[in-house]
Amino acid sequence: MASSNPHKLNAGDLKEMARQIRRDIIKMLMISQSGHSGGPLGLAEIFSCLYCRILNYDPKNPTWPGRDYFFLSAGHLAPVWYAALARGGFFPVKELSTLRQINTRLQGHPAPGYTHGLPGIEIASGSLGQGMSIAVGTALGLRMDKKPNHVFVLHGDGELDEGQVWEGIMTAGHYSLDNLTAIVDRNFCQIDNRTDKVMELEPLADKWRAFRWNVLECDGHDVEDFLGAVDKAKNFKGKPTVIIAKTFMGNGVSFMQDDYRWHGVPPSIEQGKQALSELAPTKFGDFNRFEWEALQAMGAQDE
Amino acid sequence: MTMAKIESKGEKATRQGFADAIMELGRENPNVVVLGADVSPSVKVDAFAKTYPDRFFSVGIAEADMMCIAAGLSLVGKIPFASAYGEFAAGRPFDQIRQSLAYSKAPVKICASHCGITVGPDGATHQSLEDIALMRVLPHMTVICPGDYLETKRAVKASVSITHGPVYIRYFRDNSPMFTDELTAFEIGKANALIDGNDVSIIACGLQVWEAIKAAEVLHSEGISARVINMHTVKPLDKETIVKAAKETGAIVTAEDHQIHGGLGSAVAECLAQAYPTPQEFVAVNDTFGESGKGTELMEKYGIDRGSIVQAAKRVLKRKK
Repeated sequence: MASSNPHKLNAGDLKEMARQIRRDIIKMLMISQSGHSGGPLGLAEIFSCLYCRILNYDPKNPTWPGRDYFFLSAGHLAPVWYAALARGGFFPVKELSTLRQINTRLQGHPAPGYTHGLPGIEIASGSLGQGMSIAVGTALGLRMDKKPNHVFVLHGDGELDEGQVWEGIMTAGHYSLDNLTAIVDRNFCQIDNRTDKVMELEPLADKWRAFRWNVLECDGHDVEDFLGAVDKAKNFKGKPTVIIAKTFMGNGVSFMQDDYRWHGVPPSIEQGKQALSELAPTKFGDFNRFEWEALQAMGAQDE
Repeated sequence: MTMAKIESKGEKATRQGFADAIMELGRENPNVVVLGADVSPSVKVDAFAKTYPDRFFSVGIAEADMMCIAAGLSLVGKIPFASAYGEFAAGRPFDQIRQSLAYSKAPVKICASHCGITVGPDGATHQSLEDIALMRVLPHMTVICPGDYLETKRAVKASVSITHGPVYIRYFRDNSPMFTDELTAFEIGKANALIDGNDVSIIACGLQVWEAIKAAEVLHSEGISARVINMHTVKPLDKETIVKAAKETGAIVTAEDHQIHGGLGSAVAECLAQAYPTPQEFVAVNDTFGESGKGTELMEKYGIDRGSIVQAAKRVLKRKK
């Protein structure tokens, strides 16, 4: 199979897919009543672009050797990844309704296919700060074999408090890993407060530059801007590239936007309905039947 | 009463066994890669680094980074050997090993040199006495603590066959007697009964296997028939051999260069408590940190030498039903 993304959506469809991913996230969390809302909603455009345009993969053959490698270092962002994996074709969309429930493949934090059976996930994450080092190892291995696959790793900005991330960043710079692109979800929010209150990260771009990285900044909610940044990153030679993507936690839902208190909590049924009313249905369609079975089992009222 | 005598064929360090194994593996398999965290000469990866520079990765003094880089390499078909001192191979990067190696079933070989109190003069910070406990508690993990140079070499080579999950291989700095040869059986997960006996069984790993052999000679001279079992694999544990020894000798001594809690002795006790409760004495470091000194001096002071094994055997015989 030739290198390709199986969907290759245009910019308009990527935006619509981002809205669908937001709807999926809200519904998943309404059913599970457990999990993270804010970060996943803020990454809808980035994951739409990754899985419906950028990444090379074959959902029918998840371990296809020609695939690009994507690592979600901040494992608590799993809901947006699961939605994108389902929309990308790795598993049935209706399975999103099983998030965090007993016997699910959609664990609270991501687990690889060979432990819990979910295709499209290379390795576990959840304990923060490990994804950069893993991505470095994979990028080194691919380069040893002169393979063209690209490696992506996504970090939350708060996650950059973890010291190991900087060990990995230093190693990637040391080895000039230009087959590696990091994405930082720069939403300025983490559990306790805004990032400058918990632990100041600025000057963030300068820190990465000092560790021998090429630094790009973009609007993480503008699909054209993000696609352009990834294109530059993949073509940059001699250094790894980081894309610092400015986003808003909870983006797309008025009462969640840019509010750090939505980091780790799900919407109530009422809040979920309100959120869905702000996110118009898309041509890609919801996972309705399973959703309402689950909601009715919880005693929820019809819309 | 006669007893088969096991001779030492000279001395060599177990860490040299690791070094020789990775050189052979490097020749045999182009996917073998080695990671080092700035202790190349002492953990003996320098020869590999010189011979195979494209397959050796220096990560700096960053063991957490190293374990996850190894996991990332394993995802693209590489066979990574991550080398460090025991304390910094197991204790420092524990969470990385737990999530990215054990939970994720990454086939990484964690090669832990300089283990135990016998690392000596460096003192307690560098004496890894908790690593068996830390590693054996992890699901999907294999834990091997070979007894001499050749067994270490064979364990490192055999670890390549374990492809679903990490392997922790624990060995030592100092020269120690070589008592196995190519004809000695070695299979991961299968203990070796080195000396037969029917009064008491001494189950040991690492340097304490030789101490157990010498202790058995002393016991023999006093009319006590001691079985010596080399339990080189702590996980998966060879329960069959342990239960057989318990049934046939009715008294157990375990011996290891490790804390008394959570190591080989605990593993054996867990097995026997369920399968065949048997009086057991533990030869191990007794819930304390070490100090500087020579390895032999520390073994004696902290009660993990041959004399301590002899005393433990006599104690357990008094408890034998």
